[in-house]
Amino acid sequence: MKELNLSPGAISEPEMIPTRFGYGDGLVELGRINPSVVVLGADLSSSLCVDRFRDAFPERFIQTGIAEQDMMSFAAGLSLAGKIPFVSTYGVFCTGRAWDQLRTTVAYANLNVKVGSGHGGVSVGADGATHQALEDVSITRTIPNVTVIVPADYQETLKATIAAASIRGPVVIRFGREKVPVITTRETPFTAGKAEVYREGKDVTVAACGQMVYESLVAAEILSSEGISARIINCHTVKPIDSETLIRAAKETGAVVTAEEHQVMGGFGSAVAEVLCQNYPVPMKMVGIQDTFGQSGDPDDLMAEYGLKAGNIVKAALEAVRMKKG
Amino acid sequence: MEEARLRHLKSMALAIRQDIVRMVAEAGSGHPGGSLSVADIVSVLFFDVMKHDPSNPCWEERDRFILSKGHACPAVYAALAEGGYFPREELLTLRKFGARLQGHPDMCKLPGLEASTGSLGQGLSIASGIAMAMKMDKKNNRVYCLMGDGELDEGQIWEAAMTASHYRLDNLCGIVDRNGLQIDGCTDDVKTLEPLSDKWRAFGWNVIEVDGHSIEDISAGLNRFRHSHFKPTVIIGHTIKGKGVSFMENQAGWHGKAPSPEQTRAALLELSQEVI
Repeated sequence: MKELNLSPGAISEPEMIPTRFGYGDGLVELGRINPSVVVLGADLSSSLCVDRFRDAFPERFIQTGIAEQDMMSFAAGLSLAGKIPFVSTYGVFCTGRAWDQLRTTVAYANLNVKVGSGHGGVSVGADGATHQALEDVSITRTIPNVTVIVPADYQETLKATIAAASIRGPVVIRFGREKVPVITTRETPFTAGKAEVYREGKDVTVAACGQMVYESLVAAEILSSEGISARIINCHTVKPIDSETLIRAAKETGAVVTAEEHQVMGGFGSAVAEVLCQNYPVPMKMVGIQDTFGQSGDPDDLMAEYGLKAGNIVKAALEAVRMKKG
Repeated sequence: MEEARLRHLKSMALAIRQDIVRMVAEAGSGHPGGSLSVADIVSVLFFDVMKHDPSNPCWEERDRFILSKGHACPAVYAALAEGGYFPREELLTLRKFGARLQGHPDMCKLPGLEASTGSLGQGLSIASGIAMAMKMDKKNNRVYCLMGDGELDEGQIWEAAMTASHYRLDNLCGIVDRNGLQIDGCTDDVKTLEPLSDKWRAFGWNVIEVDGHSIEDISAGLNRFRHSHFKPTVIIGHTIKGKGVSFMENQAGWHGKAPSPEQTRAALLELSQEVI
């Protein structure tokens, strides 16, 4: 773990910070270094943490009101005039309600619009199903030209936000509401499109994105105590996916588990399966939301209810290993 | 308006109409009705009002034109070709495999297009975004956005209308092709649009109504826009769908249908007899 410079207490006693803070702080850093960066909000400034950018660079913050479709196409216009706009609202709205705007106006023309897609996953908690984005990765990664990043923690969200400005074309950055473990540090390498192996292993691979990377690291500890050596991959960029790292892992471990806080149908697990089944098929299990909506509740209870905890990953890994032995 | 300029703009509108008929006939599909209705507006914009340079499509100082009603692209393709953005012969590749002239505008393929449009209701937001960027950069470029009247059924148009007036985008000019027809029939049978001017005024816009087939009237309206301040302007151009080809005029059925060879000959004959 040393060369990765992961946080020393990443698993045992991690610092807890919401990933959305990383988006907000990343935008402020970007604002300082890139005068073309502008941020758009749709009446959710503090929730998305874009109030930090608004307060630092008021002349470059654009409030569109509760009008997500207008916001997305307006951002397209800003990009056509040389700006690098960051559209910011909840995932259900910016990827769902404004999907056609993202597809036809932004992505079709490969416009340089960035989408800060907040409140991803059931860990949104008490707001319930209407506000828990569980399909956003599926519906954005199928659009040509779109890059989709699901960072693991605060630091990675900050880095992904800054990196997005350097990627030519539309980028969706998906993050969450609640505090989640900070497993990386400022020094941990992050390159969009490049998955990182956070733990070596030979019996099974767990490829994860978002806060499920932390759950996977915890799962690896449990699996280790049961004599199973699990390789953990932080696959933050769901598109373009790092096929090379995934295929190598499949070859070397012979079984793969995917973990995501999102529908398994069409989501990250599906993206991994698309790569492996065409290149190096191995037994696979997918941890994620199984074709259901979320509900209100405590985030931790919801993660447990929908099978998104380390224990679920352990169970899936053991099953995958059994399937391998056939 | 001086006589020579008026004659020039009328002749360009006629050329656009003739191109539209030839293109859609050759393609075997397309949208002649709503293309013919905007020919005069497009002529005034491209050949008189807008700053642009066909030899340098990305010229920084150009005004921007967004065709929100993307299906009327034959009119804009014709104007771009007549203006010298690409060879006129290419007009006959409309909608064909490998063509730069896609069924709806693709800005990545064809020079002179400022956005890829076709999914209705988005153009005014795009235009507002450009206008906002111009304001932020203290530039004087103006932004024009041509919309259909049926398109105003889209809720996003009214989101954009609120945003543009909120930010006082007086460098933005929306133009509504008020031909009164959409695919399923009369606009006011499909969904009531009137009182349309009052709606725009209520949304904080400067409203100008013009005869959308009068070069002088369109020109005067656009001139008023250029002298208006603190508000975005919308020009409601009263037009006739299919204008210039009598059997297409005021027929919703000609929204998205190509003429037969005989109809094409008749249409071109009628247009050739137009007195300028």
